[in-house]
Amino acid sequence: MSSVSELPVVARQVRRDILRMVHAVNSGHPGGSLGCADYLTSLYFEYMKHDPQNFSGDGKGQDVFVMSNGHISPVFYSVLARSGYFEVSELATFRKINTRLQGHPTTHEGLPGVRVATGSLGQGLSVATGFALEKKLDNDSSTVWVLTGDGELQEGQVWEAVMFAAHNKVDNMIVAVDFNQQQIDGSTGDVMGITELKSKFLAFGWDVLEMDGNNYDSIHQVVPQAQSKLGGGKPIIIIMKTEMGQGVDFMMGTHAWHGKAPNDDQLADALNQLSETPYGDY
Amino acid sequence: MKSFEVTGKKDTRSGFGAGLLELGKSNADVVAMCADLTGSLTMHHFEKEFPNRFFQAGIAEANMMGVAAGMALAGKIPFTGTFANFSTGRVYDQIRQSIAYSGANVKICASHAGLTLGEDGATHQILEDIGLMKMLPGMTVINPCDYNQTKQATIAIAEHQGPVYLRFGRPKWPVFIPEDAKFEIGKALMISPGTDVSIFATGHMVWKAIEAGIELEKMGISAEVINIHTIKPLDAQAIIESVSKTGCAVSAEEHQMNGGLGDSIAQVLSRNLPSPLEMVAVNDSFGESGTPDELLVKYGLDTPNIIEAAKKSIARKSN
Repeated sequence: MSSVSELPVVARQVRRDILRMVHAVNSGHPGGSLGCADYLTSLYFEYMKHDPQNFSGDGKGQDVFVMSNGHISPVFYSVLARSGYFEVSELATFRKINTRLQGHPTTHEGLPGVRVATGSLGQGLSVATGFALEKKLDNDSSTVWVLTGDGELQEGQVWEAVMFAAHNKVDNMIVAVDFNQQQIDGSTGDVMGITELKSKFLAFGWDVLEMDGNNYDSIHQVVPQAQSKLGGGKPIIIIMKTEMGQGVDFMMGTHAWHGKAPNDDQLADALNQLSETPYGDY
Repeated sequence: MKSFEVTGKKDTRSGFGAGLLELGKSNADVVAMCADLTGSLTMHHFEKEFPNRFFQAGIAEANMMGVAAGMALAGKIPFTGTFANFSTGRVYDQIRQSIAYSGANVKICASHAGLTLGEDGATHQILEDIGLMKMLPGMTVINPCDYNQTKQATIAIAEHQGPVYLRFGRPKWPVFIPEDAKFEIGKALMISPGTDVSIFATGHMVWKAIEAGIELEKMGISAEVINIHTIKPLDAQAIIESVSKTGCAVSAEEHQMNGGLGDSIAQVLSRNLPSPLEMVAVNDSFGESGTPDELLVKYGLDTPNIIEAAKKSIARKSN
């Protein structure tokens, strides 16, 4: 990747991958995957210090990414493949028997790029905090990046981790919460309100930033700002507003596409909205 | 029966604390976490000596398991400490996904297991933890029998790559394993050879099995007492060899009959050498408050229960 201006094009290819992957097996989670495509593309192609050709599970000397909301594995797998962790052709095996691309990400099948199994929600922040503490013990100055869903914040373990990270001054970690305000059964407001997120995290002693995760100007402003706060004695969180289903008009503004795959016609419609890129489909 | 030199009474949890302290000195990768029970698990020695490698988790066990998983995946060897109840049932999904399925090299160290926790009662007396942990793919399950063996096991598991559940307890208990004994994960330890019945015991019940063996001998019955400190992987070969000789068996554990050591032995015997097996364990019941001795008597886990089980098992042998 040579230029920041190419990120939206890569993200468009990632969105095409997501839709084709879930369509092929008529299962998976396209909504949140589409919403996080811009942020994950930006991390892997611009902000993270990592070496896809020399992946190591322990992540020593490299930035570590933990995706706590494991159900949006399609965007994770696409970004990993597109950034060189494995062949893009392997995306065709998603959720199929004997695949390394399990429904939810795992270390168990040896897929490069994955460092912990996630899927059962609320666990990733704790694990990421462990990685961050280990880096401190090792005087490793690289960063731990975490993505968590917003519905996932309903899990009690998340707040145990939020408290622990602040108490232990885990300031080498940048967490983004995918604030799309949708979950399986409806909007977060209807299902279980997670209101006043900024105040909550401030009260827990975190540095809090806000970002539009589907707007590159906002991403390029806020992510460097978050990086500038590293080492400041506090864990850092970006409340990242996104649109579930971003990029496909009929998938936006609803929770309906959280865990549902498009049919043939819907796929054609969606791909029509996300024109082909120079990177090519897998 | 072989005779045993009892060198005093000590709690197995202190054996853990002593082993952890030694590990702190010998292995720089060992880190420790505790959920507000450093004194109860005697982890304060490690904490004092190695404050930078000790992390207080507070009363938040789920997060502790997750953080330990992260540190393990990043290359450290974390030892977590809390009561057995909070080390297993409370955090089962965290252990399953973040530790076992992720292949994280975490040592889950659990004190106050079983009825001998005593007066705190059933909320804390977990009797299901062995079953929960042995079902997890890749999990090693160890329940040492005295202070020295707990210390040896603590040191040994640091060298083992993979998640381990180490179970120990609260009461002061006879110390009879030599200080310099070798601890081999997965290798049953012959306590005393015999010819009429095999008694397979784990944890505190090993001492009860020895007491039973001594009494049985007075009745003219030769019991072979074997210490199964590692419930998983189970030393099937030792079990088959022993029962091939004696023709019948007894299991003894401070755990539910469902899902415990007895179940595992039954599996080995039924698949390889169908033989009578009597199980001394808690029979589908919660515990209650009381002294450890009172509870072992009330729930059928005392020396006379092992003796009765041995006689019954022998009587079931086909001639």
